[in-house]
Amino acid sequence: MSKQLNVALIGNPNTGKTSVFNQLTGLKQQVGNYPGITVEKKEGVCKLPRGVKAHILDLPGTYSLNASSLDENVVIELLLNKNDKDYPDVAVVISDVENLKRNLLLFTQIKDLKIPTILVINMADRMERKAITLDVEKLEERLETKIALVSSRKNTGFEHLKELIANYKSLSVEPCVNASVIAPEYFDRLRKAFPKQDLYKLWLVITQDVNFGKLDRNEMQGISSFKTESKSNLKRLQQKETIVRYQFINGVLKETLSIDHLAAKDLRSRLDRVLTHKVWGYVIFLAILLLIFQAIYDWSSYPMDLIDEAFAAAGEWVRNTMPPGAFTSLIAEGILPGLGGIVIFIPQIAFLFLFISILEESGYMSRVVFLMDRIMRRFGLSGKSVVPLVSGTACAIPAIMATRNIESWKERLITILVTPFTTCSARLPVYLIIISLVIPDQKVLYIFSLQSLVLMLLYLIGFGTAILSAWVLDRILKIKKRTFFVIEMPNYKLPLFKNVAYNVIEKTKSFVFGAGKIILAISIVLWVLASNGPGENFTNAEANVTARMEAGAFPQDELDKHISAEKLEYSYIGYMGKAIEPVVRPLGYDWKIGIAIVSSFAAREVFVGTLATIYSVGSDEEETIKNRMAGEVNPILGGPLFNLASGISLLLFYAFAMQCMSTLAIVKRETNTWKWPVLQLVIMSGFAYVVALVAYQLLI
Amino acid sequence: MITSLDTLKRGQKAIILEFTLDQVPLKLLEMGCLPGNEVELVQIAPFKDPMYLNINGSHLAIRRETACHITVETLSDE
Repeated sequence: MSKQLNVALIGNPNTGKTSVFNQLTGLKQQVGNYPGITVEKKEGVCKLPRGVKAHILDLPGTYSLNASSLDENVVIELLLNKNDKDYPDVAVVISDVENLKRNLLLFTQIKDLKIPTILVINMADRMERKAITLDVEKLEERLETKIALVSSRKNTGFEHLKELIANYKSLSVEPCVNASVIAPEYFDRLRKAFPKQDLYKLWLVITQDVNFGKLDRNEMQGISSFKTESKSNLKRLQQKETIVRYQFINGVLKETLSIDHLAAKDLRSRLDRVLTHKVWGYVIFLAILLLIFQAIYDWSSYPMDLIDEAFAAAGEWVRNTMPPGAFTSLIAEGILPGLGGIVIFIPQIAFLFLFISILEESGYMSRVVFLMDRIMRRFGLSGKSVVPLVSGTACAIPAIMATRNIESWKERLITILVTPFTTCSARLPVYLIIISLVIPDQKVLYIFSLQSLVLMLLYLIGFGTAILSAWVLDRILKIKKRTFFVIEMPNYKLPLFKNVAYNVIEKTKSFVFGAGKIILAISIVLWVLASNGPGENFTNAEANVTARMEAGAFPQDELDKHISAEKLEYSYIGYMGKAIEPVVRPLGYDWKIGIAIVSSFAAREVFVGTLATIYSVGSDEEETIKNRMAGEVNPILGGPLFNLASGISLLLFYAFAMQCMSTLAIVKRETNTWKWPVLQLVIMSGFAYVVALVAYQLLI
Repeated sequence: MITSLDTLKRGQKAIILEFTLDQVPLKLLEMGCLPGNEVELVQIAPFKDPMYLNINGSHLAIRRETACHITVETLSDE
């Protein structure tokens, strides 16, 4: 078989669509983006019976084909465009046995598009416990489809599903609801105007605000004249359509499904009573946050130390085994320290995504949204802003994408603008290394480590600044408010290990490779700039130093240190650093930190890598980055360069400054203008400078 | 008794009668908030907002400002 079989998985959120996808594709999956937009595109390959291979596309979750967000647009644009290379040969609609009624709404819409459709009823393992009985044969007959009862948890029913997919040609393409009954006359006119087009497709094109860029314009010419119906009239018709569909679904389910409601009321209400309690609800949420921070700071420090040492050892090994020369020095002093600066993040990012995906999978996140909405609204945010603000502690990029389900544009915009204040994991290595240098390793009240308390404080500062600036923005921004807020409160579920694991691997991988590329490039550039210099001062550094310091009066390694310091000072980067030094000196930094800050504007985590690269150039010993930084001396005041004043000043600078090109790019894409990212860059970084300046001058 | 949805008490059930279409998002209708369906107020969040509803078997939360546009007839208290 030469042509591949395209399968699209479609379904409501919280139906276990991703678990079905994981079961079908295993590890043969890829996650990317749809071209031009930041909606995640998950695809994979599945082997079907008789050697057929299927290309499986996991579409974003949606409640219906009436799109209200970018993610949902993707679904409808694909289903309306027969020329798209991913246009499905067969649509697999995933439903959850406990929410069958609501899930079937989307099913009937897709069926009306005349795409061969299979219905998957997931979580079949729950049926007995919930006393649900289902007449599958009758349901198949009434919905004119084939049904696969599956359980991702127990891994049952998937062979049957694969069999159904392979036999997709035998599926009926008859619609089950005739949408035109809602306004026969209007639909009649539509049919006459576009005799060649599918009626339900036309109706969707008319009612959506989607940009159907890929649809054949010629075919659709004149369609705008059918938008003449006023918007509220169209909405009235959409309401009518929804009612008609539910009437059909209710009729079908009456004959085929029975639920014992008493048996169904159990875990949910008991857990809800505690988790959304006015006191316990908040206590539990806070405890979970504390646990997350504990994991990030404390538990991940062990693998991080190992990684740090491993990279130092690797650099040493390269220096000792490879023939000396520019190439060896590039690897040992440029690439390896730069890479080390990113690999060291992996434990923390993995922990963060582990917690976030467990919270999402279990259904707990919706309860947090419910608990926080009223409070967040006081600051111009939505309860749904909690998810971006919490995921912002991992990375602002997915966090900003997670704002898409916030219905009100004003609340969404404010969330996007303030999310970069939350302490993302890229700030962590900077915080960690500076805290360990300037904050004494002591216990407070016998149990709390002072260093972790400072870290916690930095998180609180980030979160507090986000909330306060939201409050300010809420008052400044003049956007007409039209707040809709609907959130599903899904059933509690034990998170599936496979789903969580895939998610953690995927997110960590994309973060490391995304940031890794930038960091690698920057460390190479820095190495080149630091190991070359203009003029004689650089080339004659060795001779000059030896001449200045009487030979023999100092041991050789002391002499070497002075030579490498002199070289660095007269390298290209030295001159650049000197040029910006006047700007950073009032904050307590020397020109090396200045360079690190400037290069951090590409991405914050570059800071450590940059200092590592700068300090490695010319150093022969196997040393960790931290030891090298601790040994730096303030050229003017004497004493360690990283002391309490400059350390706090640096911490605050990193807490507030907008130093992430990728975030700026995402904000541009999500807000569709450069205005917001530019404002973010200027205001956040300006504020950071002022705060760092005040802190240093007060502390010194 | 005919009233608006936001006046229900915890655990109270009602039948949806009608709503102001412009004030109620389509998504809510699609999740089952339609005239004739039964609604139960499951829980009210601290600070009295939002409201956690069970509409026709769908569990969802909406804000009070939306709920006040939905007219319901309460079922006799159990």
